[in-house]
Amino acid sequence: MSTAMLPPPPTLPGGSVATAAGGPERRVAETGVWIAIGTISMSFAALTSALVVRQSSGADWQHLHLPALLYVNTLVLLFSSVTLELSRRRLGSFGLHATLILGILFLVGQGLAWRQLAAQNLHLATGPSSAFFYVFTVLHALHVLGGLGGLGLVERRLAAGGLSRTTFKAAALYWHFMAVLWLYLLTLLTIRG
Amino acid sequence: MTHGVATSHAPPQGFLRRHVFSVDHKVIGRQYLDLALVAVVTGMVLSWIMRFHLGWPETPVPGLGKLAPTGAAGGIITPEYYLALMTMHGTIMVFFVLTTAPFAGFGNFFLPLHVGAEDMAFPRINMTSFWVTLVAFLVLISAFFVGDGPPLSGWTAYAPLSAVGKDAGPGQGVGQTLWAVSIGIFCVAQLLGSLNFIATTLDLRTRGMSLARLPFATWAWFITSVIGLIAFAVLMPACILLILDRVAGTSFFIPAGLVISDRLQPHAGGSPLLWQHLFWFFGHPEVYIAILPGFGIVSQILPVFARKPLLGPRVLIVCLIAIAFLSYTVWGHHMFLSGMNPVSATLFSVPTLVITIPATIICLLWIGTLYGARLRFTAAALFALGFVSVFVSGGISGFFLAQPSTDIYLHGTYFVVAHFHFVMGVAAMFGIFAGTYFWFPKMFGRMMNETLGKWHFWLTFIGVYCVFMPMHYLGLAGNVRRYSAFTDDYLQPLIPLHRFITIAALFTGAVQLIFLYNLIRSRLRGPVAPANPWEATSLEWSTSSPPPPDNFGGRPPVVTHGPNEFGGTGPRDYVMQAEPQ
Amino acid sequence: MGKLFAVVVTLIALGSAAIFALHIWWVPPDISTHGSRIDRQLNETMIVAGVLFVGAQLALAFFVWRFSARGTTDPIKSFPGGPTPMVVLATVLVGAEILVLTFVGSKVWADVYQTPPAPGALQIEVQAEQFAFYFRYAGTDGKFGAMHPELMNDATENFFGLDPANDTTARDDIVVGSLVIPTGQPVELRMHAKDVNHSFYVPELRIQQDIVPGLVIPLHFTATKPGKYELVCTQLCGLGHYNMRAFVEVKTRAEFDQWLKEKAAAL
Repeated sequence: MSTAMLPPPPTLPGGSVATAAGGPERRVAETGVWIAIGTISMSFAALTSALVVRQSSGADWQHLHLPALLYVNTLVLLFSSVTLELSRRRLGSFGLHATLILGILFLVGQGLAWRQLAAQNLHLATGPSSAFFYVFTVLHALHVLGGLGGLGLVERRLAAGGLSRTTFKAAALYWHFMAVLWLYLLTLLTIRG
Repeated sequence: MTHGVATSHAPPQGFLRRHVFSVDHKVIGRQYLDLALVAVVTGMVLSWIMRFHLGWPETPVPGLGKLAPTGAAGGIITPEYYLALMTMHGTIMVFFVLTTAPFAGFGNFFLPLHVGAEDMAFPRINMTSFWVTLVAFLVLISAFFVGDGPPLSGWTAYAPLSAVGKDAGPGQGVGQTLWAVSIGIFCVAQLLGSLNFIATTLDLRTRGMSLARLPFATWAWFITSVIGLIAFAVLMPACILLILDRVAGTSFFIPAGLVISDRLQPHAGGSPLLWQHLFWFFGHPEVYIAILPGFGIVSQILPVFARKPLLGPRVLIVCLIAIAFLSYTVWGHHMFLSGMNPVSATLFSVPTLVITIPATIICLLWIGTLYGARLRFTAAALFALGFVSVFVSGGISGFFLAQPSTDIYLHGTYFVVAHFHFVMGVAAMFGIFAGTYFWFPKMFGRMMNETLGKWHFWLTFIGVYCVFMPMHYLGLAGNVRRYSAFTDDYLQPLIPLHRFITIAALFTGAVQLIFLYNLIRSRLRGPVAPANPWEATSLEWSTSSPPPPDNFGGRPPVVTHGPNEFGGTGPRDYVMQAEPQ
Repeated sequence: MGKLFAVVVTLIALGSAAIFALHIWWVPPDISTHGSRIDRQLNETMIVAGVLFVGAQLALAFFVWRFSARGTTDPIKSFPGGPTPMVVLATVLVGAEILVLTFVGSKVWADVYQTPPAPGALQIEVQAEQFAFYFRYAGTDGKFGAMHPELMNDATENFFGLDPANDTTARDDIVVGSLVIPTGQPVELRMHAKDVNHSFYVPELRIQQDIVPGLVIPLHFTATKPGKYELVCTQLCGLGHYNMRAFVEVKTRAEFDQWLKEKAAAL
């Protein structure tokens, strides 16, 4: 399936011409996502240091065994990044649809993992390790949900024929960051959880 | 080189789209300023009630008994109500005045103009950030109207007092939760705002507007938004963890074995110091967020009324960046006596003292700019000059608090209250006043009344010194802060000084009515303002007053000069940034 | 207008500095062994601060005076040397002062907070709670009984949660509402907070320390002058924070020993 790109930007009044890369209105999307990545990383860094401090302050840290389902979810999320990249490079919408479905699947999988833990009586308030587990994974899931919303917007624009390369790139950047962030959290919770 | 066109929007139709749910950064900036105005009046009234009570605890506050039948039955304030007023005063002032007016307010209005853009990079996100801020404000204010009233743990909300729930005291139930939710929402709004400021500054500068040619206020807003991006990103998870401790039974901040109101608390293993670290990691950069825009505004205004260039513009920028960077290394100076490892006290003290150096350089640059000047005294100029004086006063008291050895004595006393009020409550406010008098003509197309402005300045300048300078003396005498009454023996001789401060505070508060009157009257009947009444150089002055909806009438300016071209010879002693070659 | 500004700023600067210099309101006399060093640090900082404060305000005032009311044909002058003198002045002057203050100050700080108490220090436990301080002496067995939060009860005055029925070491612990100490005797406090953060502050002793729930905070000092001094809470702890006060009673050695004997006998 092909899609139409926006026509080249009009000349600016006064005779100047916008740059070929797509003009400022789309480049800001990418800048915006980088800024968002920075700030989200800082939030998770703060929570990481809270975990480290909490671990050393109380003698009640019980190591949490991560449900195996999480590794399946990880593969789903990574695969969704692959399909997104494929879609982006060829501007095909099949990959994009696959990403959306895989993204939803990831969230469902996370929900199931939470249910599994709850069934083992590991709730938010059970202990510090479970508390941090839920805080990290729920916050990540909320950001993934936001990312899905962004991808949904991209999908609508692609179908309507008005999607620019830079917007797609910005959305993809955010989505890949969700995967990178998840890998970091998985490592953190495995090693220090 | 990218150009200043963000989106070509057709002018919006309808009252709601034009004035309420507008994506125009100028409308949004004014909305932020209006919110800050409501907030500052609220916060100031709270402080009057507090000061009145401290001076005359037995005297009923007129009318308060009706408004607050529980907290102030018969007009006499209970100890818990005093602390609740104090908590709300601090929270409202720091977040909804000092982080809102100089940064979100003036910044939103003028940053796109300064860079030569039509609007911010993300206009709809910009609109969202205002409304989210408003929601945060309303959530906070609602704490006044819930069961037990507002929280009493201060704007710093130390755990476990803030974390255990209603056992800890009145206001510590729903009130404290509303506080945490409000601040969490505020963080989101700030992050969205910072996003816009940074992206606009980086990507939407018009042709010829290199970073080096940015006006000083813009540099300050840009650096401030970077600080905010990191600081608010830490406060938000901290608020989430606090809310979880309060409602979900977690123990991030609450240790085991606490007995409150004769009840053993069902928590274990948490660390109260963790809250302090997270809070102050945000809290110290926050105070630089509060003051840096003021630095920018003063640096922008002084050359205009000195009719000569700012001394050392590049040095100024380097110092602003240095301050921003260092602001992340000093947070432990709020915690010297907190029970954290004493070795870290010295480690935090060094950068705290070092940050004095760029701040001193900046003050000297301002003073040096006055050398050889041809000073013009408008209300804006007076507030900018007054800023220098009050910031010096406030900054110097920091010397005592930055050293752990002297902080042993002065921590928790009115010396601290004097320090932060001078730098935040006075200097930052002077920055807001200076910005208002300077930019009002551009924002509303009318001139403010200069005579009223000057009276406002003189009475406020003298008034604030009368209010806050004596607080240093109280602190040296050991007067503890956050006390709702002075019942200790050693405090009795200090009560006359407290009464002096109260009278000065009420007087200075009343003086602000001159400002309010001037604002309203000038909006309605002020003389029409020309495009460039102050003969200034930055891009906002090359468009009409007020600017058209797309800022430059569809013709993005081409920048040929920096913002600092003052002091030439000949009939016109300045060169505007978009001056044709 | 410029001259008015200069005059007002000058008066404010000189007036407020004078009040500092004349010690019209000042720290109370020091009654501790370490306090004189803190006072010296305070005085040195006050001198540095005073010079910087008055200097900067007078410079501001002078320049405003000098360069206001100038005609439009008076030439604009640039500060000689540009920004460089400012950078050098700030870095060298302030930097040097920072080095000196830190070098000396860190020793003053370490003296109080990074050195262990003298051997043979009198150990006293402190319980800080909403809204009072209580103090515990080990009694004749020299041992403190264990604290049990679930037994803490203000109504029965079991402030430390002691269990004398089952804990022999707790039976002779002396619990009082004032901190009674002898002069010239190193005292080591071990401080607990029962509910929320509190802080221990005695201005005359030049000592202050937050008391954090979940931690046992040590603090040591030696008092030098007999008398009764107020001990107040400086960490916001709730509605009674303003009223949370105890007394430090410094007695002579003989008086203290007598007091302690009487207390032990009364158990």
